[in-house]
Amino acid sequence: MSELEITAGLMDFKELNRMVKSHDGDVLIDKCYGQRYIGAGLGGKSIRINGTPGNAMGAYLDGASIIVRGNAQDAVGDTMNDGEIIIHGNAGDALGYGMRGGSIFVKGNSGYRTGIHMKEYQDRKPLIIVGGRVGSFLGEYMAGGLAIVLGIGAGGALPVGNFTGTGMHGGSMFIRSDVEPARLPKQVTIETAQDEDILSIAPHVSRFAAIFGFDGKELLKGNFFLLRPNAKNPYHTLYTPNLR
Amino acid sequence: MMREGQVRIPSGCAISGIFSKSGMKFSGKDIVKSIGVMHDRSNGLGGGFAGYGIYPEYKDYYAFHLFYDSIQAKKDCEEFLNRHFEIAHCSEIPTKRTDGVDNAPLIWRYFISPHTTKLSASQLDEREYVVKCVFRINAKIDGCYVFSSGKDMGVFKGVGFPEDIAKFYMIEDYEGYSFTAHGRYPTNTPGWWGGAHPFGLLDYSVVHNGEISSYDANRRAIEMYGYECKLLTDTEVITYIIDYLHRKKGLTYQEISWVAAAPFWQTIEDMPDGDRQIHEYLRNVFSAQLITGPFSIIAGFEGGMMALNDRLKLRSMVVGEKGDKVYISSEEAAIRIIEPDLEKIWSPRGGEAVIVTLDGGGA
Repeated sequence: MSELEITAGLMDFKELNRMVKSHDGDVLIDKCYGQRYIGAGLGGKSIRINGTPGNAMGAYLDGASIIVRGNAQDAVGDTMNDGEIIIHGNAGDALGYGMRGGSIFVKGNSGYRTGIHMKEYQDRKPLIIVGGRVGSFLGEYMAGGLAIVLGIGAGGALPVGNFTGTGMHGGSMFIRSDVEPARLPKQVTIETAQDEDILSIAPHVSRFAAIFGFDGKELLKGNFFLLRPNAKNPYHTLYTPNLR
Repeated sequence: MMREGQVRIPSGCAISGIFSKSGMKFSGKDIVKSIGVMHDRSNGLGGGFAGYGIYPEYKDYYAFHLFYDSIQAKKDCEEFLNRHFEIAHCSEIPTKRTDGVDNAPLIWRYFISPHTTKLSASQLDEREYVVKCVFRINAKIDGCYVFSSGKDMGVFKGVGFPEDIAKFYMIEDYEGYSFTAHGRYPTNTPGWWGGAHPFGLLDYSVVHNGEISSYDANRRAIEMYGYECKLLTDTEVITYIIDYLHRKKGLTYQEISWVAAAPFWQTIEDMPDGDRQIHEYLRNVFSAQLITGPFSIIAGFEGGMMALNDRLKLRSMVVGEKGDKVYISSEEAAIRIIEPDLEKIWSPRGGEAVIVTLDGGGA
C-alpha cells in the first residue's frame, strides 16, 4: 500500500487515530498539533510525524516505528512493547514509562521521570537513548532495560537532575559526564564504565549517531558512569529487618 | 444545583498564558486559539480568561466583576458598593448567547474607587480596604460573588469549555498586554461559575492545573490571616497565598516561588552559603505556605506573569519565546498553534519559576 498523507491541523485525535489505524500501510502526519495517542498499540507500519504530537504517543507500541520531526510531549512510549520511536527534537516528561521492549531515540533533551519503571524479560530488553539532558528521577523504580544519557552540548556537566535511580532494582544506566551524580540511593552502585561496558553499548550509540548525524566514535570517547542496582540483596531492610 | 463549598468530588486541566514584554497590546484571539488546542484536557465544566491592560479608559479604578443570582442580590450588592465606593461607571458585561454555555448568572462590572472619607475612617491601606470589601460581599451578601477586583484587568469565566466561554464573553474583542486562560476538568468540586478559573483578588489572578495535597493545611493557615475560603478549591487558596506573601509580606515573586515550591531540605543542604540561609529562612518562616502535590500555575499580576511547577514537577509546562512575547502552556502544541516559529522553547524544572515583567519596570 502507498503511504497515506494526513494533514492533521486541529483534527480530533480520535479521527486521526482511526485513519492511522485503518490504513494498511505507512502514514505521514503533517501539521500535527497535540493529537494524543498517535500509534498507540500499533505494529507493522511506519508513522512519520511533522509537528508536535500530543501526549502518550506510541503508548503500548507493538512493533511500529514512529519518527517525529519536532518535539514530542509527555508520556512517549508509555508501556511500549516493541518497535522504535525516533524524535528529532525533545521529549516531555515520563518518556518510556513502564517500557518493556523496543527502542526510543531522542536527539535533544527529555523531561522528568525518563525511563521510570522500565522492565525486561528474557529477550525483551527496552532501550532509551537521550542525546542531551534529562530531568530529575531518571530511572526511578527501574527494573530492567538500558537507559543512556549522552549529555551532548552539556560540556561535561552532569546531564541528569536529582534523585536519579531512586528505587532502582534492575537494568542499567549509562550517563556520559565528567561529573559524578551525587546523592544516589544506597541500593544503586556507580562506577566508571570500563572498555567492555562501553563495548556493550557501542552498537546502540552508533545507531543513535547514524540516525541523527553525530560521530558515534566521538560520543563513545567520553567518560561514562555506569549505574546498576546493588546485587547484594539491597532491600533486605527496606520495610523490616530481614533476619535470615 | 450544588455549589463549590457544598460538595467535594475527588483534575486534568489546561493552562495557557501570553505576555508581551514591551507592553504592546494584542487581541484575546490568540489565547483563545491556544487554550482551544487543549480541548481534551477539560470536560466542559469550567473555562476562563484573565486579561491585563484591558481597561485603559478606567485604569485608575478597581474593576469589580460580579455574578448575581437574582435582581435582589444585585440590589443588595449595589447598595453596599454605593456605601463604600464611588462608582465611576457600571454596566452589564457584554455577553453573547452561546451553545454549551447555560445557566449564566447576571454578570455586571463596576469601575469604582473607595470613598475617601470611608477609607480614611477605616484606617486601612487602600488595597486592604478593597480586599475587605470583596470578602464582605462574598461572605455576607447572599447570591453575590466578586470574581475580579483589580485595576486595568479583568477575569472572565464560567461553566463550559474555554473556547465557548470565550465566545460568550467575546474575549477576542479585548486587547491587553497579558492574557491567561484555563480549561477545567474539576475533580473535587461540582463546577459552578464562581469556581471556574482564573481566581482573582486585586490584580492577582491564578490559573492552575493539578490538585494540591496540602490544601487543608494551607487553607487553615491562610484563614488565620483573615482570608475566608468559601469554595473548597485549591486555586482559591493559592491566590490568597500569593496575595498574602506579595502584598502583605512584601516578598518578591522569586521568593514566593521558593516558599510555595520550596526545594527539599536535602537540596537546600547542598546550596552554597548565602543561598542556603535564604532558603532555610523562607522554609522556616513560611512553612505553612509550602504547596505540595501536583500543580502547574500561571499567576498574573499588574505588569507581569509567573509560571511555576510543583517541586517534583508532577504537571507539565512549556515556555516559549519569540520577539517580545513569552508563551506558557501545559502543552507545546498550544504554543505552536499561535507561534510555530519560536526562538526558544523549554520546560522549566520543578520549582523553577519563570517570571516575566514589562520592560522598564512593573513588578
